[in-house]
Amino acid sequence: MLLRLWRDPAWRAVFFQVLLIALVFLGGAWIVNNTLTNLESRGISTGFDFLSQTAGFGINQTLIEYDESFSFMHTFVVGLLNTLLVSSLGVLFATVLGFLMGVARLSSNWLLAKIAAVYIEIFRNIPLLLQIFFWYFAVLGVLPSPRQSISLFDSVFLNVRGVFFPAPVLDSGGMVAFWAFLAAVVIVGVIVLLNRRQRKNTGRPLPWIKTISLAVLLGLPTLSFWLTNGSLHWDFPALKGFNFRGGVGLLPELVALWFALTIYTAAFIAEVVRSGIESVSKGQKEAAAALGLRPGRVMNLVVIPQAMRVIIPPLTNQYLNLIKNSSLATAIGYPDLVNVFAGTTLNQTGQAIEVIAMTMAVYLTISLTVSLLMNMYNRWVALVER
Amino acid sequence: MLNMDNNKDALSPVIEVSQVNKWYGQFHVLRDINLKVMRGEKIVICGPSGSGKSTLIRCINALEEHQEGQIIVDGTELNRDLKNIEKIRRDVGMVFQSFNLFPHLTVLENCTLAPVWVRKESRAEAEKTAMQFLERVQIPDQANKYPGQLSGGQQQRVAIARSLCMNPEVMLFDEPTSALDPEMIKEVLDVMTELAHEGMTMICVTHEMGFARTVADRMIFMDDGQIIEEASPETFFSNPASERTQQFLGQILSH
Amino acid sequence: MQREMIEARKPPVLSVGFIGWCREKLFATPTNSLVTVAILYGLFSLIPSFIQWAFVDATWAGASSSECSSEGACWAFISSRLDQFIYGFYPQELSWRVDLFFIQLAAVLAWLMIPVLPGKKYSLAYGLIVMPVTSWIILAGGLLGLEPVDTHDWGGLMVTLVLAMYGMLASLPIGVLLALGRRSEMPVVKTFCTVYIELWRGVPLITVLFMASVMLPLFVPEEIVFDKLVRAMIGIVMFQSAYMAEVVRGGLQAIPKGQQEASDSLGMGYWQSMCLVVLPQAIRLVIPGIVNTFIALFKDTSLVLVIGLFDLLSIVQAGLNDPAWLGTSTEGYLFVGFVFWIFCFGMSRYSQSLENNRQEH
Repeated sequence: MLLRLWRDPAWRAVFFQVLLIALVFLGGAWIVNNTLTNLESRGISTGFDFLSQTAGFGINQTLIEYDESFSFMHTFVVGLLNTLLVSSLGVLFATVLGFLMGVARLSSNWLLAKIAAVYIEIFRNIPLLLQIFFWYFAVLGVLPSPRQSISLFDSVFLNVRGVFFPAPVLDSGGMVAFWAFLAAVVIVGVIVLLNRRQRKNTGRPLPWIKTISLAVLLGLPTLSFWLTNGSLHWDFPALKGFNFRGGVGLLPELVALWFALTIYTAAFIAEVVRSGIESVSKGQKEAAAALGLRPGRVMNLVVIPQAMRVIIPPLTNQYLNLIKNSSLATAIGYPDLVNVFAGTTLNQTGQAIEVIAMTMAVYLTISLTVSLLMNMYNRWVALVER
Repeated sequence: MLNMDNNKDALSPVIEVSQVNKWYGQFHVLRDINLKVMRGEKIVICGPSGSGKSTLIRCINALEEHQEGQIIVDGTELNRDLKNIEKIRRDVGMVFQSFNLFPHLTVLENCTLAPVWVRKESRAEAEKTAMQFLERVQIPDQANKYPGQLSGGQQQRVAIARSLCMNPEVMLFDEPTSALDPEMIKEVLDVMTELAHEGMTMICVTHEMGFARTVADRMIFMDDGQIIEEASPETFFSNPASERTQQFLGQILSH
Repeated sequence: MQREMIEARKPPVLSVGFIGWCREKLFATPTNSLVTVAILYGLFSLIPSFIQWAFVDATWAGASSSECSSEGACWAFISSRLDQFIYGFYPQELSWRVDLFFIQLAAVLAWLMIPVLPGKKYSLAYGLIVMPVTSWIILAGGLLGLEPVDTHDWGGLMVTLVLAMYGMLASLPIGVLLALGRRSEMPVVKTFCTVYIELWRGVPLITVLFMASVMLPLFVPEEIVFDKLVRAMIGIVMFQSAYMAEVVRGGLQAIPKGQQEASDSLGMGYWQSMCLVVLPQAIRLVIPGIVNTFIALFKDTSLVLVIGLFDLLSIVQAGLNDPAWLGTSTEGYLFVGFVFWIFCFGMSRYSQSLENNRQEH
């Protein structure tokens, strides 16, 4: 009887699955049990109460208001925002550099193509951590002290403490302009939707769509700023004591991480772009050229839009890799999520499980959300085929 | 410089190919080609594969570069000057064997792309012209579909309409029916025949001998990268001069 | 009219050979010529000064950076510490054991990769099953009369290679199992594998290493003490096997269903048809992807620095903090970068050649 059940594939499948559940459950229980015993014997508390305790340590780059008296929850948010900052900078510049290099790799100019190939082969085959160290210690670390700063027009300063730019400061009318800009974005969104519907119904877009959108986006904030008598001045960085004050300063950690992430990821993006462009048949380029389109237009109107279908999925992966790789920040002390939260906060509270679970959850959420969005986009640009 | 008035004269050549030579590496693909095409003339080029016939018409709108000789289209000499190449490509339409429609654009957008970006027409104007030509190739109802949703024959007719939207002086056809199923060949040939009757200057590389007989003013037979024979269709089919032409016709007409 | 046949002629001199090549590839258009000239100018101003710095003016031996010329590279930093960079703190009189490990690894790789050598099956079996055991015995000792060497004393290139080797050897089979599981018809198995794969692919390796180093000791009874190196290995394997699974799954998806059906009809069971028919084809198909995962793994071994292990990068980094060698960071990073690059570039070239071979057949 038992033997017969064993030979029946359906029963066998059930048996294996029950076995797997049991194993996972037992293993989980064993781990939980061990962990609780261990935590108890080490005197570490559990739960998320620590998040409301005072952090008691400072962070050298905060995008929101923060000082030692804020809670551990705030350290989480500060770290997360810093991660998002360096990731967005990296994604933006890696995309630009990657596309340039990918196109250069396919250039008809042999020398340009070879230079791009050498760039790609060098930077994608060297560990990112090493590249971060190189920028941080070997390049930015040997810059002059603030007093001997390298300056550009006496307004941009470069020294061992970072890069300092002048910043525009809105004395008044800033909020109005900000809200006007948000309103403009909403209006343009509505215009775009209307346009799509119009196009679906009649096959024709609304006239002047791009001009109007641009005018609304730029005009509305400017107009409201001007109407409310807003004023603006530039805040120049200046040497005060041992360091620069005023303007916008970028930490050398941020600059090093940003450079390394950009250059490393761009090498991968260049390969993605190259294979995307190569996937567009030669006939497409010939047909476009035969219609009299210039080489630049052939690229922009015919090749790139088609290549994008092939490029988007692996490009998404590269973006996600970049975001995850930004966690290497901790090795040079850039205050990202891993450094601030899974580093300092973990050390201060000792609550490894909660802290690491929260950190992982953040990356997991970002990963899953981005892949979801990109899947939607991908479906949207997918070609209609029989 | 040619006088513009003369240029539009029906008796003046719109394309002049003289002593053109081309090599792929060491391989001599076009050998001393001389060809004059008069305005309104229809020329059919045939020959075995690898004879250089496609290469020749691809040279005429600079998709391929020739190394020796001269090609003059509508008074403009084809050289490395991008301005000249652009002008010639505006004047010369081309239809490919594999259609090469842009799959990411609708049929209508395929037809308006070049008028809008190259001739700087307004979109509305371009769409009006495009619809006219789509009507002429009898697929106005497909205007908002994507190429992938059309049959091969329909795609090739769209490709013809797309070229016509640029209002070309000359149309080049590079084996336009070779990639099509037999039942679709006729619909494309009908469009081409109609176009010929309207007085378009055409150079067709094709093996459709029925089409050649009814439409061609002049037949050209190419082999080994050279023009072997040039004759009116009557003489070409009934009394070919060279042995190679006879052989070729024997093979192609025996089916 | 009949015409004279025209004989084929040689192309004009300007269009072939070196001149033709230059005209076509470097000076085809005015813009192109401008780009070429700009690049040539850049190369001619950079390369000679780099050679001057890296070779001509360089100092090759010495005991501290003060002995190096200020004009050129200070390779003395590398040469004086090369032993440490390769063997870490492994006892000097026992370093032959590390060499033996290197030789074994190189021999197995050569046996596997050079097509003319016979007995690929045996080399694969040896590499997958015997080599991990013998390597551990050689390096850690404590058996066969070999003096035990604590993993705390391991370091440098050997740790990098140990992590990479064990990481690759373990992540491939685990990845294959996960890929099969994700395609399984049993919902529980499928869910389990999918969650595992997506979980590890969604987080950075550094958090996995933190987890392995901080949380793993909490998960097991206090009597069991994991070696730090082993913890790092577990972290790397958990992480990379998820990536490996996705690569293998891509291969499995490319195998037509008919293959499975054909082996079913021959009366093979699930494991038989998988191991004898489907997997061999699937894996052969995705070898480039597998090698890419190996390259990523190899580069990722450098991350163990953050949990305090001394791999090649980490030991050079530590050396740079030595006051005797101040200002030699560029040299240090160039050296480490070069070593990593050789391995990774070699692997990527190997996978490309495999792919080219396949396309030719």
